[in-house]
Amino acid sequence: MKKPIKVLIAKAGLDGHERGALVVAIGLRDAGMEVVYTGIRNTPEQIVASAIQEDVDAIGLSSLSGGHMSQFKRVMELLKKEKVKGKLVFAGGIIPDDDVKKLKKLGIKEVFGPGSSIASIVEFLKKNVRAR
Amino acid sequence: MTEQPGKFPFTRGIHATMYRGKLWTMRQYAGFGDARETNKRYRYLLDHGQTGLSMAFDLPTQIGYDSDDSMALGEVGRVGVAISSLADMEQVFAGIPLDKVSTSMTINATASILLALYLAVAEKQGVPWSKVSGTVQNDILKEYIARGTYIFPPHPSLRLIADIVEFCAKEVPGWNTISVGGYHMREAGCTAAQEIAFTLADGIAYVQTCVERSLNVDDFAPRIAFFFNCHTNFFEEVAKFRAARRLWAQIMRDRFGAKNERSMMLRFHTQTAGSSLTAQQPDNNVVRTTLEALAAVLGGTQSLHTNAKDEAIALPSEESALLALRTQQIIAYESGVTAEPDPLGGSHYVESLTDKLEQQAREYLNKIDTMGGMLKAIDGGYVYKEIYRAAYEHQKAVEKKEKIIVGVNEFVSGRQPKLKTQKIDPKLELRRRRELTVLRKKRGNVDKHLATLKKAAGSSDNLMPVIIDCVRNNVTVGEICKVLRGVFGEHRPSHSI
Repeated sequence: MKKPIKVLIAKAGLDGHERGALVVAIGLRDAGMEVVYTGIRNTPEQIVASAIQEDVDAIGLSSLSGGHMSQFKRVMELLKKEKVKGKLVFAGGIIPDDDVKKLKKLGIKEVFGPGSSIASIVEFLKKNVRAR
Repeated sequence: MTEQPGKFPFTRGIHATMYRGKLWTMRQYAGFGDARETNKRYRYLLDHGQTGLSMAFDLPTQIGYDSDDSMALGEVGRVGVAISSLADMEQVFAGIPLDKVSTSMTINATASILLALYLAVAEKQGVPWSKVSGTVQNDILKEYIARGTYIFPPHPSLRLIADIVEFCAKEVPGWNTISVGGYHMREAGCTAAQEIAFTLADGIAYVQTCVERSLNVDDFAPRIAFFFNCHTNFFEEVAKFRAARRLWAQIMRDRFGAKNERSMMLRFHTQTAGSSLTAQQPDNNVVRTTLEALAAVLGGTQSLHTNAKDEAIALPSEESALLALRTQQIIAYESGVTAEPDPLGGSHYVESLTDKLEQQAREYLNKIDTMGGMLKAIDGGYVYKEIYRAAYEHQKAVEKKEKIIVGVNEFVSGRQPKLKTQKIDPKLELRRRRELTVLRKKRGNVDKHLATLKKAAGSSDNLMPVIIDCVRNNVTVGEICKVLRGVFGEHRPSHSI
């Protein structure tokens, strides 16, 4: 049997809106993936440490408080600094269009805004993790 | 129909005449960036007929970090205004006399500090505390469940809450000391019945805490208010408010032995449901908000916030914030629904929905009592799990199209307009850091105030006078919280999915 895809769902910064992160985490688990959820309030350093320790295939970052540009950018910098390779990074939350473009330039593969379905995230992960 | 408006158990409203006597307060939640920008937005809203202020703080302020703390990275001024010192608070209310406006503050873990700052500003404006009015949310229990801005463990947090209740009963009689909220639990995904039950269960825990401090229930209960969501299911929401009023009145009379009817009246603020707004076809959100606001009014709300159409995308722009205010002004002044208290009372459908929600909420309350009360139910993860399970069920129903959301899973055609959204100055964080460096240098050493605070925190004294003294002397929110963190410790959640 193939090893299931392992995903870290991480809440960045001080933001406490975790409905989206929780629903995605449960949804991915129900789709047969292995999911680690960080809970709220994590610094970029803590997120990257968890991703390394848990040896996940993908990292899903969530923020609804507007801190995404600083925090997600820092996560990407730290991944580079720690020479972590092969981890797919995606994001979700209240993220304006202009910022989506900037985040993709930083190497975040996709941004799932409000109204995104779990099915679309599952499909995205299956396609992009397996392709690596 | 035997129940009457203005009469126990207040199912049909807390006043006999309702909006014929006084309209609800139009109170739009606002605040962003620094104190200067927020002051500008407040004056704009007041100039356009808003009748009360509702203050949004950024997350560092809510979680007790100054703007220059490393934990504040990326969050300064984002979801609300950044307040670290008395100078910030004075700037927010520049040109706004505190005896002429009532202010509601969405603040919980740091409520005592922000209230202290408000009272210090009143002093500086020459307004006696007996003339100020407003609300602090001061509702920590739902933060452990849904909103997430807790700092300290439950017991010291409840002590801080009771300190505020006790202090205001003596010193600031016009202040609403707790606004017990169901709003955030509903946003997190719970049902209407759960919203009633979990909110009232939190309310019971607070009243119990104050009673255990030997406060007389009728001395403080009239100043406890509530805060509900108004979601999309129109009649269910109207019934929800009616059922909540009926239940609370009975709880206060029968469980706590309240004698004063004002202790039994469930007064509440309502906000329309942020989670019902869609990023797709954002103009549709104006219609959703109108329906939700109408349900809140027909449900007898005392104050109301209507969401702006762009809130699934960004903070409200000035234009969208004004349209949101206009929405409730149209309901208030044009629709005619204000003519009669509880106009849906007596409708078979609404009455039976009210009974049904009351019954369902009562079952949850009994279950929580069996667990040993709300603190235990929260600690064991019961409430948290109930809520995210309901959220997940909702998501599945949407994906299977058992629930239709216009523009999201049905009727998705049409072009997505490009909105002009509110932006936060990226240089703000740097500017705040500089301001605070100057402040700390100018005011000098504050160690003796922090030492007094530490001593008081370790005793059973009421902390409000000490905190007020700290903020008068320019001690910052972050510095006060650092001392309290040292004495009380920090809450670490242990929930797993």
